[in-house]
Amino acid sequence: MARALINVPAKAAKGEIIEIKTLISHPMETGFRVTFNGTLIPRDIINTFRVTYNGVEIFAAELSSAMAANPFITFTTLATESGTLEFHWAGDNGFSVTETATLVVE
Amino acid sequence: MNRLAACLVFAASLSLSVPVGAQSDLAPSERKSSYEMMGAQSRSMQDDDMANPAMLSVLDGEALWRKPAGEDKKSCADCHGDARQSMRGMAARYPSYDVAAQRVVDLEERINLCQAREQKSEAFGRETKDMLALSAYLALQSRGMPIAPSQNAALERSIERGRAAYFQRQGQLNLSCANCHDDNWSRKLGGATIPQGHPTGYPIYRLEWNGVGSLQRRLRNCLTGMRAQVHGLGAAELTDLEAYLMWRARGMIMDAPGVRP
Amino acid sequence: MHTSRRKLLAGSAGLAAAGLMKLTLAPAQATPASMTVAMQKILQGAKPTPGRVTIDLPPLVENGGTVPMGISVESPMTATDYVKAIHVFNEKNPQPQVISMTLGPRAGRAQITTRIRLADTQNIVAIAQMSDGSFYSGEAFVIVTIAACLEDLP
Repeated sequence: MARALINVPAKAAKGEIIEIKTLISHPMETGFRVTFNGTLIPRDIINTFRVTYNGVEIFAAELSSAMAANPFITFTTLATESGTLEFHWAGDNGFSVTETATLVVE
Repeated sequence: MNRLAACLVFAASLSLSVPVGAQSDLAPSERKSSYEMMGAQSRSMQDDDMANPAMLSVLDGEALWRKPAGEDKKSCADCHGDARQSMRGMAARYPSYDVAAQRVVDLEERINLCQAREQKSEAFGRETKDMLALSAYLALQSRGMPIAPSQNAALERSIERGRAAYFQRQGQLNLSCANCHDDNWSRKLGGATIPQGHPTGYPIYRLEWNGVGSLQRRLRNCLTGMRAQVHGLGAAELTDLEAYLMWRARGMIMDAPGVRP
Repeated sequence: MHTSRRKLLAGSAGLAAAGLMKLTLAPAQATPASMTVAMQKILQGAKPTPGRVTIDLPPLVENGGTVPMGISVESPMTATDYVKAIHVFNEKNPQPQVISMTLGPRAGRAQITTRIRLADTQNIVAIAQMSDGSFYSGEAFVIVTIAACLEDLP
């Protein structure tokens, strides 16, 4: 199972810009490496990362082989209302992980 | 080829610059951790647990600590309780002498012994995801504590053997560990800064590996670079080297799980 | 005599074929030209204005396998004037794409960080797509060093 670490402040003031940090375990095998006997190691990467805030998309990314292993992405969003942030990673070989975090806006 | 060439050029320059018979241990006041010697970007990756990919491994290790395994379905926590208390400072004391096994064992072997004796579960292999995860979780419990090898005659003999191996020139490049890590630390080998080689942060997340690895993996990596005989994982020679390196770093502060280039 | 000459020719033809094979088997590298092609898919003929995009990359990286990168774009990030997307490209990896991110006015700031892979010393280009359809770009040059003593691949 893939592990993910998400850092969302527990509380924020309405209208405050908050920073969100995400880290997920994944080898991000490029598809360009070969073993000693010349066999190509097949590509196995996360292709997409999507974040919704109470159901509305606030950030999305398309990833390539040029992303380092265990993708780390940070971005910002406006704290508009209390609710749930949902993080979804999808990739090769049916990789799919969803995590949630709650945010209280005062 | 470039790497080999770089090693060869380096070896040639060493044979000119190294005083013969320099075999004294690095003075404690001269010691610098690899963390201090790495770039700001790598340091900031370690400073924030949220940014340190080794913490993903720690999460796995925490789950393994509580997971029942073996015939009696016992977990580590069933005997040892909360690792944050019971395992505090433990990793800073390994390798240690194990009375029942009658030999010096490193942290990984100690985990295997526990699995065999107490849990009667299948041993985690070295460098497997589970072994790295559990050892990273245990090492984290010693973060901020000084490395403190125990006092034991068998451990002292192991340290001595490790020390002899450390100063022994070996391999096709005819280099000893000391040639790099005592005599030329802070200088460049290829594009990399040569560290003093203090194992304060193991298991580490190494950028070059794209993953977590143990001190033994790192030692084998060095031996490959020296074109020397590479001991198998778990070999007594590697445990002796680990014991010497921990003794050499005694009193230095653990920063596991570290990030290294 | 003739036979041996034919053999020699056959041999060299074989060598040439082997050479071609090797060329076709090697993964296509992202040259500045292929980076331009990839960027055009986003730009659709538009020309990005240099500026407003800052790439924060170490000038010299310790390991190309994991390079921390920050990107920020100057923008008020209001409902009517904001950064829609940031696209990052490289010159010398096997593929020109690095990451494409969709932002919006709710981001508050157009500022992201991530970690990328750089196969070699090269230029990185980031293009910001604005809400009014204009494009801005920023560039960074990174020197990638190679460690001397790497371990063998498993």
